[in-house]
Amino acid sequence: MERIDDRPEARLALPSAEPIRLVDRSGGRVPGAPVPAPDPQTLARLLRAMVVGRRFDRQAGALARQGRLAVYPSSFGQEACQVGGALALAPADWLFPTYRDCVSLVARGVDPVEVLTLLRGDWHSGYDPERHRCATQCTPLATNASHAVGLTYAARRKGEDVAALVLMGDGATSEGDAHEAYNFAALWNAPVVFLIQNNQWAISVPVRKQSAAPTLAHKAIGYGMPGVRVDGNDAAAVHAVVDQALAEARCGHGPTIIEAMTYRLDPHTNSDAPQRYRDDDESEPWRERDPIDRLTALLRAEGMVDDAALAAMAEEGERLAAQVRDRLAEDEAPDPESLFAHVYATVPHALARQRATLRDELRGEPDEGPLGEPGAGLPAELRGGAHDELKEV
Amino acid sequence: MELSLAQALNRALRDALREDPDVVVYGEDVGPLGGVFRVTDGLTAEFGEERCFDAPIAESGIVGTAIGMAMNGLRPVVEMQFDAFGYPAFQQVVSHLAKMRNRTMGRLGLPVVVRVPYGGGIGGVEHHSDSSEAYYAHTPGLTVVTPAGPADGYSMLRDAIALPDPVIFLEPKRLYWSKAEVGAPARTEALDRAVVRRAGSDVTLLAYGPTVPTALEAAEAAHADGCAVEVVDLRSLAPFDDATVTASVRRTGRAVVVHEASTFGGYGAEVAARVTEQCFHYLEAPVLRVGGFDIPYPPPKLEHLHLPGVDRILDAIARLQWESGWTPGAAPGGPAGAGPALPAARSTS
Repeated sequence: MERIDDRPEARLALPSAEPIRLVDRSGGRVPGAPVPAPDPQTLARLLRAMVVGRRFDRQAGALARQGRLAVYPSSFGQEACQVGGALALAPADWLFPTYRDCVSLVARGVDPVEVLTLLRGDWHSGYDPERHRCATQCTPLATNASHAVGLTYAARRKGEDVAALVLMGDGATSEGDAHEAYNFAALWNAPVVFLIQNNQWAISVPVRKQSAAPTLAHKAIGYGMPGVRVDGNDAAAVHAVVDQALAEARCGHGPTIIEAMTYRLDPHTNSDAPQRYRDDDESEPWRERDPIDRLTALLRAEGMVDDAALAAMAEEGERLAAQVRDRLAEDEAPDPESLFAHVYATVPHALARQRATLRDELRGEPDEGPLGEPGAGLPAELRGGAHDELKEV
Repeated sequence: MELSLAQALNRALRDALREDPDVVVYGEDVGPLGGVFRVTDGLTAEFGEERCFDAPIAESGIVGTAIGMAMNGLRPVVEMQFDAFGYPAFQQVVSHLAKMRNRTMGRLGLPVVVRVPYGGGIGGVEHHSDSSEAYYAHTPGLTVVTPAGPADGYSMLRDAIALPDPVIFLEPKRLYWSKAEVGAPARTEALDRAVVRRAGSDVTLLAYGPTVPTALEAAEAAHADGCAVEVVDLRSLAPFDDATVTASVRRTGRAVVVHEASTFGGYGAEVAARVTEQCFHYLEAPVLRVGGFDIPYPPPKLEHLHLPGVDRILDAIARLQWESGWTPGAAPGGPAGAGPALPAARSTS
């Protein structure tokens, strides 16, 4: 069959059987890796962001158990994916996270309390997407993937050098929206990298019940883009692979699907019951592949961090956790009128009427109903009690 | 100049593309073909593939990418080829397009127009004739509008593209070829206003999109029988123009809502409820709904039985508890001021 595009054939190879790995489980460098390892400064940044991110994640989990968050989907065990991905982005690039990617947002520099706005139940999203170049955390699976394609399309139209990283889980790849986004991205040669965090479980359903594909990365070939598998507990490898895919995307070689092999060590959220669907001992081998331990071992062995540096990272994590605790202890009541403020650019009169009804309810005044008195919110000549007079006009 | 609705919409897209470099138009077959209804005819030739282009057949992806474009400064106008083909995009429309401004506390508005050819009466086989307005109008955050003629088609589409919020722009297919004088680039009434198309003192017909010409025809027939029917073209289904509708019904004391969609849970139920709540003391009779039957849209050979026509509207008017106790077939009459001369219902055969 004649190829319908002119991208380099080499980019379209099937993913390797073994995930790309730069650092082995004991912290040694893996020889012959197909991507260059990040420089020492980047490796130290990755470790720091993972240490701080994990402390944040542990704190958020505790706050959920205390009832200070409505719910918290843990990132525990997936820090290498979230940090490795987020730190590979340039400042102008965009991140498209899901609800499980709080650590990636913290790594990207978003205020941790604003990250938790959604899960605290204060509002649906707390941070300014444009300022941080981070889309809202997406709860309907895979639906933000096409947003990334459209956003980078607009950027290219405006001559901006912007790439995007879409985070998605293994379960999300079964959604039709994932398929449509992959297809649009490849067709439009969009500078988008799809990072699938294959953490083996979609709530209670194992990945083997999601797809009959040899690997999730294999799906890429059908869309005409490369699929890459990477050890998702190796922050150096995730960063290197995402960085390379972003570089390819920027120079017009199109999108990439990266499948990062990792594991969700915690329950789906604090209200999940994993004992109903998986054995505790399943997670043991994954605990031995801990991404922080691994990178720490490498950096120590090569003299790139010492005890003082590690202590400083831990200290930074503690400070952040304390800040999150303190700031969340101040229970600010969201403004009731904010319910009506941002439905449309300007508040339509019917919504203004409902806002007034809520105001009355809060003051303990009689409820006029959602439409108010007959004629409320209407022009003066149609309002009020002179019904019979009006009728005869 | 005289233009059809399809031509007026085409003109609106062309003028918007000319005036605003951020406007892009895409969808299925909207490129060289010009859309299955030719609404995008010639746009790719004039503006190039960068501004008007074919998308893969993936409605959710079309709306999803439009959301991303609008997040980054473009004003996409996308086409769902037919009403029922827009359903795969429903999650993008409801969960993201409608809510992004709200979710982001007003930081990200999405100026996206989703054009949806809708309704029946064109002999379309199944899935080509749905009236999907109630699904959209029920969703807070969406502006849902529908023109009933070429002049409004031009003006409302220009206004929709200029709006800082997402618009579901419902185009009545069976009116695509109806022609009228259009003063483009002149604008008609504001996008959120209903318009009295025909004044009358006895009863208000509330119609929109494809049923506006039918309502006007019914008003003309009733006029011959001595009943002065006012016809209000709602134009904007969300937000709803309570002021115009309430003023009309308070004047006439009687109201009938007319739409093609199935009646149960339909948009007419909302209209009837609002009118009843706001005009109760003025009403001489219950607000009636005239719509399609509560059935899946019928095949072409039977659709004429489903679509509300002049006779069904006149029958409804006749049921509005006229003081003279008129029943179908009775002679019209009655003194001025004691109720109108009443319309004669026509045979539905």
